[in-house]
Amino acid sequence: MLLEVKNLHVAIDGKEILRGLDLTVNAGEVHAIMGPNGSGKSTLAYVLAGKAAYTPTSGTVLFNGKNIFDMQPDERAAAGLFLAFQYPLEIPGVATMTFLRTALNAQRKKRGEAELSTPEFIKKVREMSAKLGIEQDMLRRAVNVGFSGGEKKRNEILQMALLEPRLAVLDETDSGLDIDALKIVADGVNRLRGPGRSFVVITHYQRLLNYIVPDVVHVLSHGRIVKTGGKDLALELEARGYV
Amino acid sequence: MNAEVTIIKTAAETALAHAFTQARAQLPGDGAIAAQRDAAFDVFAKEGLPHRRVEEWKYTDLRALMREAKPLALPPGAAAKARAKQAGALLGDVEARRLVFVDGAFVPELSDTANLESGLAVRSLAEALTDSDPSLTAHLGKLAPLSDVAVALNTALMGDGAVIRIGAGATIERPLHLLFVASEKPAATFVRSLVVVEKGARVMLIESHEGPPGSDYQVNAALELFVGDEAHVDHVKIIAEGADALHVSTLAAAIGAHARFNSFTFTAGGAVVRNQLFLKFDGEGTVAGIRGATLIKGRQHADTTLVANHIARDCQCREVFKSVLDDEAHGVFQGRIIVRPHAQKTDAKMMTRALLLSDRAEADNKPELEIFADDVQCGHGATAGALDDELKFYLMARGIPAAEAEALLIQAFLGEAIEGIEHAGLREALMESVAAWLKARA
Repeated sequence: MLLEVKNLHVAIDGKEILRGLDLTVNAGEVHAIMGPNGSGKSTLAYVLAGKAAYTPTSGTVLFNGKNIFDMQPDERAAAGLFLAFQYPLEIPGVATMTFLRTALNAQRKKRGEAELSTPEFIKKVREMSAKLGIEQDMLRRAVNVGFSGGEKKRNEILQMALLEPRLAVLDETDSGLDIDALKIVADGVNRLRGPGRSFVVITHYQRLLNYIVPDVVHVLSHGRIVKTGGKDLALELEARGYV
Repeated sequence: MNAEVTIIKTAAETALAHAFTQARAQLPGDGAIAAQRDAAFDVFAKEGLPHRRVEEWKYTDLRALMREAKPLALPPGAAAKARAKQAGALLGDVEARRLVFVDGAFVPELSDTANLESGLAVRSLAEALTDSDPSLTAHLGKLAPLSDVAVALNTALMGDGAVIRIGAGATIERPLHLLFVASEKPAATFVRSLVVVEKGARVMLIESHEGPPGSDYQVNAALELFVGDEAHVDHVKIIAEGADALHVSTLAAAIGAHARFNSFTFTAGGAVVRNQLFLKFDGEGTVAGIRGATLIKGRQHADTTLVANHIARDCQCREVFKSVLDDEAHGVFQGRIIVRPHAQKTDAKMMTRALLLSDRAEADNKPELEIFADDVQCGHGATAGALDDELKFYLMARGIPAAEAEALLIQAFLGEAIEGIEHAGLREALMESVAAWLKARA
């Protein structure tokens, strides 16, 4: 088991958002989590990544057998957990290349691996960004500053590709994307699929799942998983709605 | 019958008055210069040290902060000169023509005055004052406002400094670096420099101030700068004084028509720092960038006070000042933009941002706009706040540890101001200096 969430309860500002969530993801699997607004999808994403104030009141989360609540966000990332943000942040003054290299080398350092040389790094980023339709010019600009919504999402996928996580959580990566951008993002994800890597794809709509075909679909409602099924469950939800 | 007025003088004020009386006969220059000193001293005698009820000094109560006045510095000894050879490290490998001053006195043997480029003339202030050099007396005291007591004291007690002239049309490739070093003995120095850049000339002027930690020396430095029509002048001041020093410095500049003028102040050292800029836009169509970055911690106090006086029309001026305040540091920014009735089409924007790394740090900000023309674009903005937790989380979620994430954000924050420096080597040197400061913090 790569990820094991058991009876997770999370309250924010005294309001309980997750109410006994259970989720198990094995290595190599793609899980989709669907649910209406306010069901707790983004909260789950933030809890996994370690955002401040998103701390559990009870329950456990094991990532690769380790309690993630003992780990800082950067330690979780270095251990192989990646969150593609629903709203990627703009960081004025920090060039995208600097950001990518600092992140990659920080993770490698923590894992006891050698830092990548500059030419190796640049080559790697260029190849990956070309596949995602990211212009070289964007890499020279400050992180996400002046990027369109679609460019920001593609930049998240670029980071994921570069950091090669064991588990990637995609928080509504499809929101705000047109069909072409959606295909580019889905292709980026599909290229990374493999026996060693798992995905939790959080989405409101079934559309993304036409392109990233999940192994398991869960329905999240009022802070709990209320239904679990195969990929057909998504189509069923699309046709019948969440109620 | 006159009522008897007793002015209570502080120990520092008494000591300064005593120092002037004692030194008066030995200070360089006589005749008109001696009269200029006397007039300046009278301003001080009347006003005393500026205190919090003097609006311009509201946040930097010099009367309270300056407990004592150090004796005037003696000419530097051989040991002090030898140590000064190590000075200027902060500039990294920026290639510049150095003019070195130790304890306020020009040291020719440490300075590079050989093979001056054509159009460049350099001499020491002490020499020029002694000779009553007419090109000095024509300019000295014309820009620095005597009504400011720090300037008045500087004028009364000025001992040495640099007198530089860049002839019309000359381009001086190597930056000129006025390097002021204090020795270990706590003393007071009053340095005064004059730089005249004639029409169409181009020069970069670096002014740096440093000294040893553990010495509570006092520096009062003033620079009068004449930027001619169509000239291009970059001025960079680095205040890297020792941790216990008191530093008051003034830039008073008059900028001609169709000129380009950039000034940048980097403040990282000193216990108490007051950095004053008095800028006068005398000619139309000039473009200026006035920027600064301040990085202070512990109980450091750093005040930047700027007055930009637009007299001529069609000038554009951007002012960007950033400060990073840790521990109980106190940052002050006072910025006044004055647009005179004829200065139509002035485009002046002032932005100040303070980043507080501790909840005990304090940032005071006082922007003032005085606009007497009706067709101008002027504005100011000011922010003060902590590091953005959301951004920090985003960086950490990518594997960057907390301290490194903070450092990256702080560098980016200051980078916005530092990027305004045209000299790439100097930009890098200052960013290095920021990185070193952050490393020491972690």
